Amino acid sequence: MNALRSAAAAPLLDPLALRADFPILQPGASPGPELVFLDNGASTQRPRQVLDAMTRVYEHSYANVHRGIHRLSEECTELYEQARGRVQRFVNAAEREEIIFTRGTTESLNLVARSWGEVNLRPGDEILLTLLEHHANIVPWQQAAARTGAVIRWVPLTDDGRLDLAKFSELLGPRTRLVAVAAISNVLGTVNPLVEIARQTHAAGALLAVDAAQSVPHMLTDVQELGADFLACSGHKMLGPTGIGVLYARRALLEAMPPFLGGGSMIRRVTLEGFEPAELPSKFEAGTPPIVEAIGLGAAIEYLERVGLAAIHAHELRLTQEAHALLGQIEGLRILGPAPEHKGGIVSFVVDGLHPHDAAQLLDRDGIAVRAGHHCAMPLHQHLGIPASTRASFYLYNTLDEVARLAASIAAARARFKRR
Amino acid sequence: MRLDDRDDIYQDHVLAHYEEPFHRGHCPRATHAHEDDNPLCGDRVRIELEVDDAGQVQSAYFDGQGCCISQAAASMLCERCEGCHIDELRKFTAPEMLKLFGAPLTPNRQKCCLLGWRVIQSALFSPLAASSESASEQASA
Repeated sequence: MNALRSAAAAPLLDPLALRADFPILQPGASPGPELVFLDNGASTQRPRQVLDAMTRVYEHSYANVHRGIHRLSEECTELYEQARGRVQRFVNAAEREEIIFTRGTTESLNLVARSWGEVNLRPGDEILLTLLEHHANIVPWQQAAARTGAVIRWVPLTDDGRLDLAKFSELLGPRTRLVAVAAISNVLGTVNPLVEIARQTHAAGALLAVDAAQSVPHMLTDVQELGADFLACSGHKMLGPTGIGVLYARRALLEAMPPFLGGGSMIRRVTLEGFEPAELPSKFEAGTPPIVEAIGLGAAIEYLERVGLAAIHAHELRLTQEAHALLGQIEGLRILGPAPEHKGGIVSFVVDGLHPHDAAQLLDRDGIAVRAGHHCAMPLHQHLGIPASTRASFYLYNTLDEVARLAASIAAARARFKRR
Repeated sequence: MRLDDRDDIYQDHVLAHYEEPFHRGHCPRATHAHEDDNPLCGDRVRIELEVDDAGQVQSAYFDGQGCCISQAAASMLCERCEGCHIDELRKFTAPEMLKLFGAPLTPNRQKCCLLGWRVIQSALFSPLAASSESASEQASA
């Protein structure tokens, strides 16, 4: 799909109108200069609708779920399960039971690596990862490889920061059991061609796990059309609360996998001799789940659906194009990753003579929040030959004016360090 | 350069140490050395010391790459420790390092500032294999 063409066709959204819903974006909500929040890749802000939905539960409906016979427990269980249904429709899963609530993308990927990995990986089996993965989609597989004797192989990148699909095809082989890949790079912003990756992965007889932390909040996701076997995302990167995430997996896979964490809720029966696991999805939800967080995520999804994912994606692409145009004029500044048409709303860069930490510190004085560091992608930074980078990441409430302020502030910081 | 109140992290003496560091490079007669990084940001500092038989630091050099704070702090530390006895340096605490740096730092930037301090504390216990026995004995005394 040509992202530019789809952007042109998508309806526009009005970020200034949406900003009114976000208490933290109002003037005076936080000390210092007016906030320009460009750290959405790390975590987003929450609209009043999400905060209110959560407060409403605590004030009127809260009790533990799947336990009590009393009215509140039944009411809260109903809200919790409604949230699951909302997630199911949002990513177009075939069944509600294919949606497992976790604490976040990291836990979701660990669940797959531990539960699926330990019974399916044998010595010499291959797991394909890519050089642009977040640590959350690297370390669980390194742990699984260490436990099972499986081997990790790395899909390289092209010079402009896209996956090298020719090398990917070569690396896929009879020993490949699983391909684990980010839908969108959290550093380069690269939108990976998942449909093609899924097609080749399945043709090779392997499974596809998608780290969708940076894509589900920003563009339409259809797990069935995509052909994802596993897909993970986080609530706090999509206007929802922290401590709630999602694992989607096909029912047949979940049925065959052993439970991950053991405890209450995930059992059907416990005896002195052992236990029988519960049916899906409880089988993978041990202990008291993040109840109100799940309901908050449901409210966030309702908000996102009302704005429209196509409009959000198109809006972010405009911001990315603007950032490329303005930052590209700053001498000594190099934008990482491909041209805007291959990217989501993430623009990372390095500036000669201006360390990312110093850049972020000087931007912060102008009220601009960005991220500086390796963004939990150390192998990628090593590949790029840089210790760290500065990242601006956009969302539906960001404006073209904020992008201009970012560029002006970076230019001033650069001039300041250069002058001496 | 005129600096306003909010600019105080990048005070003139900090930028001066960053732009024109004290003893950036290699110590010609190094007896002790250590290198470490701050994996969070990739800042890297190596410190090389020449410690004489009496335990005095004759010269101190640093090298590395990273943000203004980490590099300026390493420069200040090298300047500060020349002429000191290693026993004195071992007692040089993190709060003293932050005081030496001068400019106020948030907890995250304190890590940048303290990288060189961590490295020199390790360097004091890291005699180079090629250095004289006496120096290493002094260092571990």
